[in-house]
Amino acid sequence: MSVSANDQTLKLQQAVAQALAHNTPLNIRGGGSKAFYGRAASGEPLCLREHCGIVNYHPSELVVTARTGTLLTELERILAEESQMLAFEPPHFGETATLGGTIACGFSGPRRPFAGSARDSVLGCRIINGKAEVLSFGGEVIKNVAGFDVSRLMAGAMGTLGVLLEVSLKVLPQPEAERTCRFELPVFGALDRMARLASEPLPVSGLSYDGCALHVRLSGAEKAVRVAAARIGGDQTEDDGGYWRALNEQRLDFFRAETNVWRLSLPPASQPLALSGDWFYDWAGGLRWLKTDEPAEAVFTAAERARGHAVLFKGRNRGADVFQPLTGKLKELNRNIKQAFDPGGLFNPQRMYRDW
Amino acid sequence: MITTHPHPSEKIHHQVDRNRLLEEFRRLLPPASILTEAEALRPYECDGLSMYRCLPWVVLLPENVEQIQRIMKICSRHGVPVVARGGGTGLAGSALPLENGVLLVLSKLNRILELDPANRLARVQPGVRNIVVSEAARPYGLFYAPDPSSQIACTLGGNIAENAGGVHCLKYGLTTHNVLEVRIVTMDGELVTLGSGGLDGPGLDLLALMVGSEGLLGIAVEIAVKLLPLPEDTQVVMAAFDEVEKAGRAVSEIIAGGLLPAGLEMMDHAIIRAAEDFVGAGYPAEAEAILIVEFDGMREQVEEDLARALGLLDACGAYRLDVAATPADRQKLWAGRKSAFPAAGRISPDYYCMDGTIPRRFLAETLKKIADLSRQYGLAVANVFHAGDGNLHPLILYDAAKSGELARAEQLGGAILEHCIAVGGTITGEHGVGIEKINQMCLQFQANELQQFQAVKRAFDVEGLLNPGKAVPSLHRCAEWGAMHVHQGRLRFSDIERF
Ligand SMILES: Cc1cc2nc3c(=O)[nH]c(=O)nc-3n(C[C@H](O)[C@H](O)[C@H](O)COP(=O)(O)OP(=O)(O)OC[C@H]3O[C@@H](n4cnc5c(N)ncnc54)[C@H](O)[C@@H]3O)c2cc1C
Repeated sequence: MSVSANDQTLKLQQAVAQALAHNTPLNIRGGGSKAFYGRAASGEPLCLREHCGIVNYHPSELVVTARTGTLLTELERILAEESQMLAFEPPHFGETATLGGTIACGFSGPRRPFAGSARDSVLGCRIINGKAEVLSFGGEVIKNVAGFDVSRLMAGAMGTLGVLLEVSLKVLPQPEAERTCRFELPVFGALDRMARLASEPLPVSGLSYDGCALHVRLSGAEKAVRVAAARIGGDQTEDDGGYWRALNEQRLDFFRAETNVWRLSLPPASQPLALSGDWFYDWAGGLRWLKTDEPAEAVFTAAERARGHAVLFKGRNRGADVFQPLTGKLKELNRNIKQAFDPGGLFNPQRMYRDW
Repeated sequence: MITTHPHPSEKIHHQVDRNRLLEEFRRLLPPASILTEAEALRPYECDGLSMYRCLPWVVLLPENVEQIQRIMKICSRHGVPVVARGGGTGLAGSALPLENGVLLVLSKLNRILELDPANRLARVQPGVRNIVVSEAARPYGLFYAPDPSSQIACTLGGNIAENAGGVHCLKYGLTTHNVLEVRIVTMDGELVTLGSGGLDGPGLDLLALMVGSEGLLGIAVEIAVKLLPLPEDTQVVMAAFDEVEKAGRAVSEIIAGGLLPAGLEMMDHAIIRAAEDFVGAGYPAEAEAILIVEFDGMREQVEEDLARALGLLDACGAYRLDVAATPADRQKLWAGRKSAFPAAGRISPDYYCMDGTIPRRFLAETLKKIADLSRQYGLAVANVFHAGDGNLHPLILYDAAKSGELARAEQLGGAILEHCIAVGGTITGEHGVGIEKINQMCLQFQANELQQFQAVKRAFDVEGLLNPGKAVPSLHRCAEWGAMHVHQGRLRFSDIERF
């Protein structure tokens, strides 16, 4: 199946060449649904929305290739027609979310610890680099070790390394059945229970704790899900996925915040960190949302001490550090890689870090 | 056997006096960690691709991270190239030494540093062998998923460098999906942590670049991998077919049917016979192809999946279906597959293992193409595949003692790889490019893509001292090779000067 649609490659390449010639920084935009994320955007808008459409989809290959302006809802609908899905369960944060923005931000939903991340799903990409060259990396096969893994590097790079044109993703069959069990527990009990559930051979696909209740999602064959639910107990909810969607899209009450909202990625069994504020635990404890007025410095330091890192997910001061500050050789390597792809500093300047 | 010299455009030139350099190393390392005599160097002259050999200039066996940092600083200061080596099982010549370089052997860094069941994580040194991680995790009900067939000998450092796969990749992913954090020493001797103890790391995803970088970007000195719960149940079925096409179709049907086997392997007639003679796995010797399909997980899930798979296999024309009744039977079915390489070694003096990957729907077509090429070059080919992910391992059978056969084997291998590219696949699924497939990189990538790789390399290693002449070709090499090798009527790299 190959649905032809607008291929804007040439036009986009010309736009980048122009920007290069005139030294004009570009602000790469998909649907604008994640404009809130990262440091404040600047530069001439380069709109990818019209560069859309499925390029290749063979369900029996478990691979789909699409242009990056394709709406996420559209992509998910096409996969669902074949009972398949994006394993990393990306949040949308709005109806206009595109594939490109989803990969550039590298967001993954509650299924992530059990089925892999956005980056894990990426198999290949076409990009325009900062020299206005159209380049392809990776491909449409699941195993491919020819050349450095540039495609996965693009996930989470916030568009700072190049304009994503096409992305190939591994997809998975939808589970036949899903069910959610709920337990009311204090925080230590919840962390402990999450660690134990994640270590057992159960078809777990979601483990979150909101400070009061632990939610366990099970996915798989009807019978396996039923037996697993009986084995772990708790209150069986009649949830049809609504809770998990609301969590993923940050529509739960917790996320209605006046304060800064931080995202901390930590070893899952980490003890609760000594930072004031309200916590929400996802990914079996590996992803923690924190509503706090603590200074950024304190959050970054605590995250690093716990062998993780922090991002100011929704915050008031987007001119300051939003992503975990880098130091020493790691900082140098990050800057060198930016240079290697975008020597003129054209793409999304300072969207990730102040110095590039 | 080919004694290899680096391509002139990829060679690092230096005038460093070996004895003066050794003096510096002696101040740093105990005598047993420095090898200089020909007979001590001999075991290191090749990796698993033994047709390429080169006696290393110096072999160093550091015992800790600090020594590695200081070695790198010394080499960096003198402009001496460095090649890392783990278990030496690589099949692409990525660990082939240099006649004027240091071979950094990591086998003494072989300790498990931490096993953390609560975080489902193992922190290990790079010389730890793959199988040791799962063995250490087993008492906690956990395992490390990537399981290359070489797992008793290959190291985690080598697995990182090659992004190693195994028979369970379709469900559990490759090395890149199972690594959380890698500490590397860069060419200038700095220690850097990529990734984190959580599921993602700060900044750009440099960990993605490091995994599969074939020792070109840094030396992995500490590795944290993800551990998974051991499955409660495992079931294996062997399906026999009288036509290869039917087996190929069954593979597609299983995946399209929404099943996700833990393993889905295919073997053709030649390798079935060889494996059967070797280990007596119980394969039907007359079959044109067999599939080995494994499901694991919760008992009820496995039951259901197996029942559906049996129905699909039957519908696709399998004439025999053997479900392993006991763990011992299961081991036996796998034993045939796992011994495929040595079995090939018994039916032919030499064999050459290829590693292309294709979109699964071209399986049957590709097998036909390989059979044609095999006739054309007059060399037999036996095929084993990680069919679930389209990764082919054609084994080209030849006799190096017969003049011209090795060269023919290489040409036949090259032709198979070109077919893989032509159907939208890749020249290497899991073994890496190394020295072996470096010319085919010129076919798979355009000049500006290769230049982008070179820019990535420079971002980590400005002078290009880490494993030069591997994995990423120079444009001069491509120009030269392209002149001999006009692809589909197009001369690639026509704008690059030839010499
Ligand atoms: C019989 C057999 C079966 C095999 N089956 C499989 C299979 O199923 N799947 C698969 O993927 N591969 C397979 N292989 C290939 C091989 O085992 C893998 O590529 C393995 O990952 C290599 O590990 P090693 O420790 O032997 O590395 P080596 O061969 O020593 O080195 C490989 C590369 O890694 C680099 N390197 C080694 N250590 C480090 C380090 N610490 N830091 C940076 N770079 C380093 C080297 O420079 C070199 O480029 C097989 C090989 C054999 C012989």
